[in-house]
Parts: sequence; C-alpha cells; structure tokens
Amino acid sequence: MHRYFGRKSLIYLLTFIVAVTLNWLIPRFMPGDPVLRMLTRSSVSNPESLAPMREYYENVFGLDVPLWQQYLNYWSELLQGNMGISVWLFPAPVTGVILKAVPYTLALLIPSILLSWVAGNKVGALAARRKWLDNTVLPLGYVLTATPYMWLGILLAWSLGIVMGIFPIAGGYSFALRPSFTVGFIANAFTHWFLPFLSLFLVAFGGWAIGMRNLIIYELEADYANYLEALGTPRKLIRRYAFRNAMLPQLTGLALQLGVLVAGALVTEIVFAYPGLGYLILQAIQNQDFFLLQGVFLFIVIGVLLANFIIDIIYVLVDPRTRTGLQGGTA
Amino acid sequence: MGLRVENLRVYYRTMRGDVKALDGATFEVADGEIMGLAGESGCGKSTLSKSLIRLDSRMKLVAGSVELDGKMLPLTDHEAMNKYRFAEVSLIPQYAMSALNPTRKIGKMIAELVRSRGFSYRVLLPELERRLALVGLSPDVLNNYPIELSGGMKQRTVMVLSTLLDPSLLIADEVTSALDVSTQRAVAETLVQFRDRGFVKSMIVVTHDLSLVYQIADTIMVMYAGKLAEKAPADKVVKEPRHPYTRLLISSLPEVGVRYAERRLVGIPGRPPGLLDPPSGCRFRDRCPLAFDKCAEEPPFVEVERGHEVACWKAM
Repeated sequence: MHRYFGRKSLIYLLTFIVAVTLNWLIPRFMPGDPVLRMLTRSSVSNPESLAPMREYYENVFGLDVPLWQQYLNYWSELLQGNMGISVWLFPAPVTGVILKAVPYTLALLIPSILLSWVAGNKVGALAARRKWLDNTVLPLGYVLTATPYMWLGILLAWSLGIVMGIFPIAGGYSFALRPSFTVGFIANAFTHWFLPFLSLFLVAFGGWAIGMRNLIIYELEADYANYLEALGTPRKLIRRYAFRNAMLPQLTGLALQLGVLVAGALVTEIVFAYPGLGYLILQAIQNQDFFLLQGVFLFIVIGVLLANFIIDIIYVLVDPRTRTGLQGGTA
Repeated sequence: MGLRVENLRVYYRTMRGDVKALDGATFEVADGEIMGLAGESGCGKSTLSKSLIRLDSRMKLVAGSVELDGKMLPLTDHEAMNKYRFAEVSLIPQYAMSALNPTRKIGKMIAELVRSRGFSYRVLLPELERRLALVGLSPDVLNNYPIELSGGMKQRTVMVLSTLLDPSLLIADEVTSALDVSTQRAVAETLVQFRDRGFVKSMIVVTHDLSLVYQIADTIMVMYAGKLAEKAPADKVVKEPRHPYTRLLISSLPEVGVRYAERRLVGIPGRPPGLLDPPSGCRFRDRCPLAFDKCAEEPPFVEVERGHEVACWKAM
C-alpha cells in the first residue's frame, strides 16, 4: 500500500513539474510582447522616455534576465506562493486576482461534476431496466452528450434568459451589488450561477447516463448475475451488485473526464461572462498577460491532479482487485 | 419420487422463427440417481438442463411439464420458481470460475444470498464450513475475494454453495470442461460424494465427455438434435448401446493402449440437422448407416428392456 502510494505520488510530482514547465513555456511562445502592450496602454508621446519605461517594466516583470534565469526565478517565486504581477490588472498580484475568481469556478465545477455524475448514474441504472425510460433517456442522453458546452449555454441563455426572462444571462452577480456574505447577494449570485451550472450539468449528465445504462446491462448479463438468478436470488440484490460493479468503470471515467469538464467550464464561463478562471484566461490571452495565464493554468493543473489523486484513493477503497494487486507490488 | 419430465419442448425465439432446441423429452431421474446427459454441441442438453431451473428471456416453453418430488415446477413463472431454485433445484454452472461476484468477499456474498432467500447465515455457517473442509478448503476462503482463489478453489466453493440447502436435484452443467484432467477426476468424485452424503438426492451431469461421466453416473442419457436418443444404465450405454448414434459416439472415443497411428479413429460423418426447421422422421436418418424406409416415421422413445429406453426402429 505504501509502495503503491509512494509510486503514485512520484508520478504525480513528475507530472506537476512537467506541467509547470510547459505552463511557463507556453506564454513565452505566444506572439506579442506584454511590455510593449503596457507602453502602448500608457500612450507615451516622448520617444526618449520609452527606453527607461521599458527598462522599468521589464524589471518589474522579471523579463530583464536570460530565459534560464527567468525559469529558475519562476520556480523559486512559485514555491513562495508568488505568481508575479498581472499585466492586465497592473499592478495587482496574480495570486490575488486568481483567488478572487476561484470561488466562482469551484462553485460551478464541483456541483456540476458531482451532481451530473450521481444523477447520471442513477438515471442510467433506472433506464437499464425500464423500457419507457430507456426509450427516452437514451436518445436524450446522446443528444446532450454530443452538444458542445457553449452552444447549450447559448441556447439556455436565450430560452430561459432572454425569451422567458427567468434568469440573468451574464455576470456572476448584479452589477449593482458588491460581493458580500449577505442573503441578498448570495440569492442574486445563485440566479446568475444557475444557467452556467445547468449547461455544464446537462452535457455531462447525458454522457454518464448512457455509460451507466450500458454498463448495467453488461453487468446483468455477467456470469455472477446469471448464477445468482439461477439460485433464485431476488432481483433487488442482483441489481445492487450490478450497480456497484458498474460504478467502477464510471469512476475511472470520472477521472478521465475531469480535464475535459474543466475545459468545458472555461468556455461556459466565457459564454455567460462569469467571473471565474475561464474568463480570466480569455482576458489574460487578449492582454498578453503571461503571469495571469501561467497562474490560472497552474491552478487548473493542480486541481486536476488533486482530483485524480483522490479518485485513485477511492478506487483502491472500492475495488478489492486493485488492493490485492498492491500486495504483489504491481500496479 | 425424484424428477419426472413429461414431453418437454423448449424453443428459442429468433427473428427467423423458433429453433426447436428441445423437442419433446420424457424421462425420469430417481432419487439417488446420478444421470449423465451426453451429446454433441447443439443437441439440446444445455437447453434441457437450463429449462429445469431457469428459462432465459429467449427460451419459450412450448409444451410439457416437470414434476419434482410430486410437485409441479412453475417453470414459466420466474417469481414463483424462485422458491424452488437453490432449495429444491440447484445448479453448478459451466462458468463456475466467474460465478462469484468479484467485488464481494465470498462469505459476505453467501450471507447476502442466503439472507435474501430468507435463511439465516448464522445457522448455515457451521455446515458451510464443514462442507468447505470436506472439499479441502479452509474456512478462510470466506474472507477472500474470488480473485484470491485459484480456479479449482472457486469451482469447489461454487459446488459447496450450490448444494448448501440440500436440494433435491442438482444440475451440473459441463462442470469439468474447464479443468485439467486430474482436477476433473477430483470434481467428479466430489459430486458422487455429495450424493452419497445426502447433500443432493439426484443429479443431472451434463457433459460431452462420455468417459468421465461413465465413471460417476448410474445412468446415461444421450441426446441428438433436440430429441432423446437413448437412456440406460451407464454400463449398458457404454458396453451395449442400442441406438446407432450412441454406438458411433462410443466407437469414436479413444481407448487406452490403442495406437491410433495404426488404426485411425473414426468419427461420425455429416453434421446434425439445423433445428430451425428439422427434418421429419428420425433426425439421425441422414447420418445413420442403418437407416431404412421406416425411419421416415419418427421413432418413439420406448423401453426395450428394463431401464433401457431407445428411440430407434432398429432397436425394437
């Protein structure tokens, strides 16, 4: 067990280092120059003052040293929790900007991932044994899972927001309010949260429901189910076994889907102008904000790795076969 | 008492029509009898053994009845039949290696199974452990997952589990086909032991391995193309078979001490007829070296001497 988790941790650590390095590289390969951007923004007319200003900004952003030095500096700053200064929101530190956006993204992601997974599994399992449900859930599931996140988001915004006027279609809260822990603000934030959540939830839900339906049918045809049935076991017990065993591939699927779901959330945030990490990425790219982009990516990488690690642990807990594998030092 | 099967017909529903996999079987299995059920693939032996315990969704009971210890089995009623399964009729499946739920400890699975049938696991546990010991398994296997057991151990566990409630009839479906020869023998002997100790009253051992079933069975029933061909005491079937199919089947078995390089082992030329639209008359007619005009009529399955039934005009 120790050996297994030791090895797993090592793999995760390696992934982290590679991801952080790529993360540092990608903005630097992007076309454009953030310092030039700052200079044009301040629209300096005197050409002589350009040179000292450029020097100043390059110093502020740490771009006045060779690349390898920048890379090392990046790591040492990172380990101290410092991710640099935002170009777009100069001179706000990136860490602060991200921390302000993170609650919105998490509030979208965690409920939509978990609820769609739980609900999709339940509905899929039900569909596997009720003909009428199967005939409705299956086509609906295929349509939903094939729908692009942002397109569904636009449809929902149009139908429930513009036509029916039930939900606001943009922002994380009304512009008239300031973020605070009051009932009024939270209620307002909830109405803004609902549509982006719904679009993420629906797309993921379709995929899980189809997967679960197929897995349950497969499990109910398995030898152990046939044997139990031949021994007169009530269907209830057989279904319980089938459900539990079908959950294992779904759990693996969840781990695989996490990255995709995060990406989907980013696009959805842009559709709804939701002030989460996706919105920040868009702004960071448009403003050549290396540091903000790095910071957001880093956060996503950490999130996906962490979630995968948790699923690894859960898998060991729920599937005895992985556990017996561990004793042999394999896996 | 025992088992009494009357004119049992079970067809498979397919898009092209009914496949008449079992077309009228009438026979009895007495208390204490181990009956071997032999025949080639597709002869209906699995259909027969399955229909005695569980008709799957594609199987259709067309006619016939099955009586066990004087009670009619409600074959077509899945729920009503549950009462008899495991307790009165039980099964050792062909797939014993994968018959246990892979994610449950064996003991826990057995507990959940017997409780769901309304029995107390605590009451059954001492007997379960005793029987596991009898087949050479320690009670520790109950704390294992199926993956931690070898194939032979899983097979023995399933044998013990299937007979735990002392059923009247046990169906052993190709139980030895996935095992190596030495384990085959041990399994076969265990089956006999189960009968001798009274764990089961009677047994149907489905197999295509005549030489194995000859060692343990009291009687052997041979099927061909969905019909019964011959049923007789095991010795009779092997030494004095009356049905031409049985004779050819026996003669195509290799014998110990014969070098087949010198004398080629002969098979039965031809193939069994399709059962979607089987030919009239005797179904073995096309392959039978003894066939004559009368064979266009279907031969009845009749007793030609005490305990020896044959469906062949030539044997009467």
